[in-house]
Amino acid sequence: MNWEVIIKWLPRLTDGAILTLELVAFSVIAGLILALPIGIARASRHWYVRAIPFSYIFFFRGTPLLVQLFLVYYGAAQFDAVRQSPLWPYLRDPYWCAVLTMTMHTAAYIAEILRGAIQSVPPGEIEAARALGMSRAQSMLHIILPRAVRIGLPAYSNEVILMLKASALASTITLLELTGVARTMNARTYLPVEGFFTAGIYYLVITFVLINAFKLLERWLRVDACQGR
Amino acid sequence: MTFDLYGFGPALAAGTLMTIKLALSALSLGLVLGLLGALAKTSPYKPLRWLGGSYSTLVRGVPELLWVFLIYFGTVGLMHAIGEMLGRPNLELSAFAAGTIALGICFGSYATEVFRGAILAIPKGHREAGLALGMSKARIFWRLILPQMWRIALPGLGNLFMILMKDTALVSVIGLEEIMRRSQIAVTSSKEPFLFYMVAAFIYLGLTILAMIGMYFLEKRASRGFIRSAA
Repeated sequence: MNWEVIIKWLPRLTDGAILTLELVAFSVIAGLILALPIGIARASRHWYVRAIPFSYIFFFRGTPLLVQLFLVYYGAAQFDAVRQSPLWPYLRDPYWCAVLTMTMHTAAYIAEILRGAIQSVPPGEIEAARALGMSRAQSMLHIILPRAVRIGLPAYSNEVILMLKASALASTITLLELTGVARTMNARTYLPVEGFFTAGIYYLVITFVLINAFKLLERWLRVDACQGR
Repeated sequence: MTFDLYGFGPALAAGTLMTIKLALSALSLGLVLGLLGALAKTSPYKPLRWLGGSYSTLVRGVPELLWVFLIYFGTVGLMHAIGEMLGRPNLELSAFAAGTIALGICFGSYATEVFRGAILAIPKGHREAGLALGMSKARIFWRLILPQMWRIALPGLGNLFMILMKDTALVSVIGLEEIMRRSQIAVTSSKEPFLFYMVAAFIYLGLTILAMIGMYFLEKRASRGFIRSAA
């Protein structure tokens, strides 16, 4: 192990870690917002409402993230309409491509978590809300969603960790996040173990911090107290 | 011509075959590692428990892509040293072997947890019954625990296998000629990225559907004799 090289590259690896965190934070928050309507529609009683979110979720969960990244980053450029559109400066940028793809990818998983959570809200509570004269929308907003968030939170924290690991794929579309920097380090110094090892430590530390942050959040939202039926 | 995929159809089919081969070989390695990990984690000896625990924690905390790189690039020196000893100085890990090892290790770390759950789900009385019949520990595991674990662990393993199948795409970054790599080659010559990556996506979807069907029949067979309670 060549410690000098590691110390020399530490600032760049830290920059990479910050970019990784940025990508993850962006995608899991935007993904949650995007997942709300998808998850609610997915839990609908009507098959024609369920069909579209079902196929969306099926596509994004059934194909590798790498394929989705390449579809957006390389594939979209094939169409003139995309290249002429005002969105092109964003779709040309690997950063926004990674954010967009990861958001759509994680939204599919979060929507599925949300559906499971919505469907496991005890029916008696929904009936109680309706009996008190709340409209469907009101009972969704005040009763079902707050309850579903607490039921789904542990699964959501898993998804955040999975996205942290998935963000390593952004290095394949030239982004210099943690794995990207480690790859550059490998190419420049011919010392593969040092770079990938240090990046691995970074990932472990981030995972550890995230897990504990979610534990705190669960305590703050009193998830345990809500689990008893 | 768009319809015949510019003559890249056979290449993509060969890539699909490679993906399936890689997924199955990583699966076999991962199952063995997962079983060993679960045994270590549930063992009465503290060092073994610690070993199993750190295996599953460390491996699960690091991205799969990083493992692929670490195994492929990181073992060059080691393989060189082994090659020197065996008198074959150019010994190195092929992309396929590196992919199998990396994905197998990752699958194994998750399978450790699935198998551990399955071991814990088997009633203590079964083990005691085996002991009362004078069976040895190894025999109890082989004859009583393992066959029952299989049924409990199967749904979890099925999920992991589908994740594994999608992770095989990662091995394309070290040049293994599976679906992704073949599509990249096709894109370079045809300049139709959307078409080929979409085809790749649908091949993966097809593989996922096949795996789901396979899991359905495996689960049905594994739980024969058990009445499915309405969930």
